[in-house]
Amino acid sequence: MTAGPVLAINCVSKTFHGEQGATHVLDTLDLTVHDGDFTTIIGPSGCGKSTLLKIIAGLDQDFQGEVLLKGKAVTKPSQEKGFIFQEHRLFPWLNVENNIAADLSLRDPDVRRRVDDLIRLVKLGGFEKAYPRQLSGGMSQRVAIARALLRKPEVLLLDEPFGALDAFTRGHMQEALLDIWQTNRTSMVLVTHDIDEAVFLSTRVVVMDARPGRIKAIVPIDLPYPRKRTGRSFTELRTLVLEKLEHHDEQEAYSI
Amino acid sequence: MAAPITAKGNLAAVPRPAAARRKAGGKWGIFIRGAILPALILALWQLFSATGFISKQLFSSPLLILNQYVELTRSGELPHHLRVSIVRAGLGFVLGASCGLILGMLVGMYRRFEETVNPTVQMLRTVPLLAITPLFIMWFGFGELSKVLLIALGAFFPLYVNTFLGVRTVDAKLFDVARALEFTRLRQMVRLVLPAALPNILLGIRLSLSLAWMCLVVAELLGADTGIGYMINDARSFMQTDIVFVGITIFALVGKLSDSIVKVLEARLLRWQDSYKG
Repeated sequence: MTAGPVLAINCVSKTFHGEQGATHVLDTLDLTVHDGDFTTIIGPSGCGKSTLLKIIAGLDQDFQGEVLLKGKAVTKPSQEKGFIFQEHRLFPWLNVENNIAADLSLRDPDVRRRVDDLIRLVKLGGFEKAYPRQLSGGMSQRVAIARALLRKPEVLLLDEPFGALDAFTRGHMQEALLDIWQTNRTSMVLVTHDIDEAVFLSTRVVVMDARPGRIKAIVPIDLPYPRKRTGRSFTELRTLVLEKLEHHDEQEAYSI
Repeated sequence: MAAPITAKGNLAAVPRPAAARRKAGGKWGIFIRGAILPALILALWQLFSATGFISKQLFSSPLLILNQYVELTRSGELPHHLRVSIVRAGLGFVLGASCGLILGMLVGMYRRFEETVNPTVQMLRTVPLLAITPLFIMWFGFGELSKVLLIALGAFFPLYVNTFLGVRTVDAKLFDVARALEFTRLRQMVRLVLPAALPNILLGIRLSLSLAWMCLVVAELLGADTGIGYMINDARSFMQTDIVFVGITIFALVGKLSDSIVKVLEARLLRWQDSYKG
């Protein structure tokens, strides 16, 4: 794994002006992601973790501070930042291979070859010609991941991508994602509210606090892959992350 | 939601209960069900006419009309009028529909454009075509131009309205995807908006086609020396009911044919849709 920040988030703040006045969604937040990292951002709902991801992606440009991707400021969405939404968001009128290619032509031999490689990587061989309506949720999400990877992103941003899947499929998808990460070495930033998922996948877990959204703790997870969910060190780290998360709630209980 | 398929081979043929039921009758079953009513009417008509229950002069009869078909085709009169009519309707439709499609897309995609153009178009839409016809004749004369323009005007509105509607029903979430994938403006139009709005656009095309056909009759009845409409009008003044009926049935047949072509197009282009099929 080579070091060097792929992503630098410096002093990012965002204020949402609603009917009840201003809400600080994010408050002077700093975070660095190194090349090849698997970073997971976890926190209670409303802590601004999805907003942060949208800001990194350039989909949300209404914020203070700066986001640097490989040293360059992010000002708009680009293919260097692959984004996986909560829902698969495939084009319903395109079949699997055309969805992956999207605006690129499959007649281009280079695109063709890379699409075929990706279909193999996300294990969708045999479904090239299927339409999204014929796919299960997990399969659709894998197509979405392949679509992002085809653009060779510097970083893959995943916004609770497995939240809508059943527990069984979620487990499979987590393993598939690890597989992709280990094969491609693409840096990953995953937003989730599933502690188990965070500890199972990432090299470090960023724990966020709500109102205002800020980073409370960063827990490095230095367990070897593949990880066993039932192992003792896994359980310990899981508990540690949980403690960091709940720390906030006690404080809040005091303040009330 | 459709069940996920597991086997490789049967992707295309995911069986649906409705489709299976339809298959029992087959294509001919569908055709026969549709043909029962017209066949019954034709039989009664022929019977009444042959027995003298209704006047042959006024109501003609299926056999007389069929006879007239053969005669008019043999003399070359029918193919000539039909060709002229189809060219007129075709030109008018292409002109009006392409304007409707382009303007509908622009109005749908740009709010500024909508605010500027849409009120005017909606106002013009409420003006009955028949009221504009005299103006068109005064401006463009009795020639081809006034006819083609009248047809184009008729074909314009349905496609405009439906394209506009179609663009506005595009899932806004997919625009985020297009931004993240860095689609250019043109790609966004061709690869996202157009296919997403296609169900509405195709419906608009069907309505435009039938309206183009309708306007053709208006244009040809008002003043022409060729075309199916002229043939009908000419036959009426000589009380040739058979020929009037030939003209009317030609309109019905060609109208149905063009509609069927768009329906086939619909079935092919909208394969991806997961909607209720009855």
